[in-house]
Amino acid sequence: MNNKDLLNLINITVSFEGFLALNKLNLNLKKGELRAVIGPNGAGKTTFLDVITGKVKPTKGEVIFKGKSLVGRKEHKIARLGVGRKFQSPRIFENLTVKENLEISVTTPKSPLNLINKNIKDEQLNEIDRLMKIVNLAQKVDSKAGSLSHGQKQWLEIAMLVGQKPDLMLVDEPVAGLTDEETDLTADLLKSLSGENTVVVIDHDMEFIRRLDSNVSVLNQGTVLCEGTMETIQKDKKVIDVYLGRPED
Amino acid sequence: MSLSKVKFDKKIVLSFWIILIALIIAAPTLLPVFRLNLLGRYLSLSIVALGVDLIWGYTGLLSLGQGIFFALGGYCAAMYLQITSSSEFPNNIPEFFALYGVEKLPFFWEPFRSPFFTFFAIWIIPALVSGLIGFLVFRNRIKGVYFSILTQASLLVFFNFFNGQQKLINGTNGLKTDVTQLFGQMVGSESMQRIFFWITAILVISAWFFAKWVVKGRFGNILIGIRDDEPRVRFTGYNPVIFKTIIFSIAGGLAGISGALYTVQSGIVSPQFMTVPFSIEMVIWVAVGGRGTLLGAILGAVFINYAKSLVSEALPASWMFIQGGLFILVVTALPEGVLGWIKGDGPRNLLQRFGFKRKIETYPSLEVNNKEGNNE
Repeated sequence: MNNKDLLNLINITVSFEGFLALNKLNLNLKKGELRAVIGPNGAGKTTFLDVITGKVKPTKGEVIFKGKSLVGRKEHKIARLGVGRKFQSPRIFENLTVKENLEISVTTPKSPLNLINKNIKDEQLNEIDRLMKIVNLAQKVDSKAGSLSHGQKQWLEIAMLVGQKPDLMLVDEPVAGLTDEETDLTADLLKSLSGENTVVVIDHDMEFIRRLDSNVSVLNQGTVLCEGTMETIQKDKKVIDVYLGRPED
Repeated sequence: MSLSKVKFDKKIVLSFWIILIALIIAAPTLLPVFRLNLLGRYLSLSIVALGVDLIWGYTGLLSLGQGIFFALGGYCAAMYLQITSSSEFPNNIPEFFALYGVEKLPFFWEPFRSPFFTFFAIWIIPALVSGLIGFLVFRNRIKGVYFSILTQASLLVFFNFFNGQQKLINGTNGLKTDVTQLFGQMVGSESMQRIFFWITAILVISAWFFAKWVVKGRFGNILIGIRDDEPRVRFTGYNPVIFKTIIFSIAGGLAGISGALYTVQSGIVSPQFMTVPFSIEMVIWVAVGGRGTLLGAILGAVFINYAKSLVSEALPASWMFIQGGLFILVVTALPEGVLGWIKGDGPRNLLQRFGFKRKIETYPSLEVNNKEGNNE
């Protein structure tokens, strides 16, 4: 672990009544890095995100983010520290409009008093405009988010994630159910976000991961099997055995 | 939303206001005192219904224990009235104490000598109690049906406590207010009741505007967010516990005001305010009127209760069946309640089903341009 690291997971073990969802997992992320995480079903990918975001408390181990331990902190506190998460299936507020969804994400401070007393700040409104342009939703500002297509919902959620201005973005299967064209655009979007932000992408889609052109961590049975570029990973015998060689399910 | 729909909504709102103001002005002269008094009571019930709509319709918290806060408000008002009207009774304390051999006023009655204290206690005490219960429940992430069961259990606890405390608050008999004095007048008198009607009407409208202010904008959006997907709200950096506690506390305060107004107009507060069916009825008013519409809560409370008294006069035994039937009808056919059904274009859909042609909403060219936002 060194100072350039944004996030260190040290020997994380998560046990659900004896079943080890994560087993002595170690992972380090540098600032500005784009990292893809792959692995077969049940490898612990989502649990790994749950541990970082505070949804699941690790049985053993330490999560260090910006020099602070995240273990035992509440989800909303971790989010305020700068960890943003996009869920597997798009989770947006369907009964609110696109704009209201984005307002929820860009608003700071996130206290009830601020929300009820004051109007949204101009710079936050500008940020909403900018985000809506990036994800091509400018025409849909006042539509209910529930009326968007699946791809648009995915993008709205990514826009909400960016609007939160997190230092670390955790993106769970962002291209599930998207068309090829949308997948390509999403890959470009995520690539453009890294550098300034640190991004972790979890996905099954090999083409998409290849397009991200980033370092890849392969999870299997709750631990990191192998790390490296896509080429190294594809040649690794262990990885071929557990994942690539096997038909995807 | 298309142009004609906006206009349609505005028309509803405007005609509603005209009817409402006309009714409030005309009611005391048109209605016999008995009917006026009933209307005043039902209007005061609409305030507790507004609270139910805030926590259930907007935030998704189905409380079956609003009767607690309703009764607390009622008791605060009744204690003040009893104590200020007790100068002729032995020991200068309310009459019922003599029945149980109590000679000294219990300590918690003392502050209710002050009208100022009472004025604030009526809404602050229920708000604090609901805030405390809410905080403990929400902090432990108890939600959904467990929350409903817990609120109902609290209701039973409060009911049994109030029911058993003869020496403190006259137990199951409750506290009478109609023969007490307020500002030199008998509370149950005609002129007093007329004043209470006006106060109630004004407070219902104020409570309505207050509730509208609470749910508009980003605060209200977070409430809806909590209702629809609470973990998502949490991962966005908001603490749902605080938001839920605040809104539950607001609903408690509204219930207290409602209970106090209801008490002075019905002449008594008793543990009957904390029975299980009554708190469930509050939920039914909101469900029938329309969840998440605010106005629906008011209309639901007033109309169902008025219907109840009219039906009960004509066919005494049948009201429970009608109320049950109404609830089943709403749950199965109008899940958004009557107002939600109207807002959702329900009447026109119904006419269409009977063969009436649907009117084109606007000029065809506008129709095309508006398609974008109109595809729900």
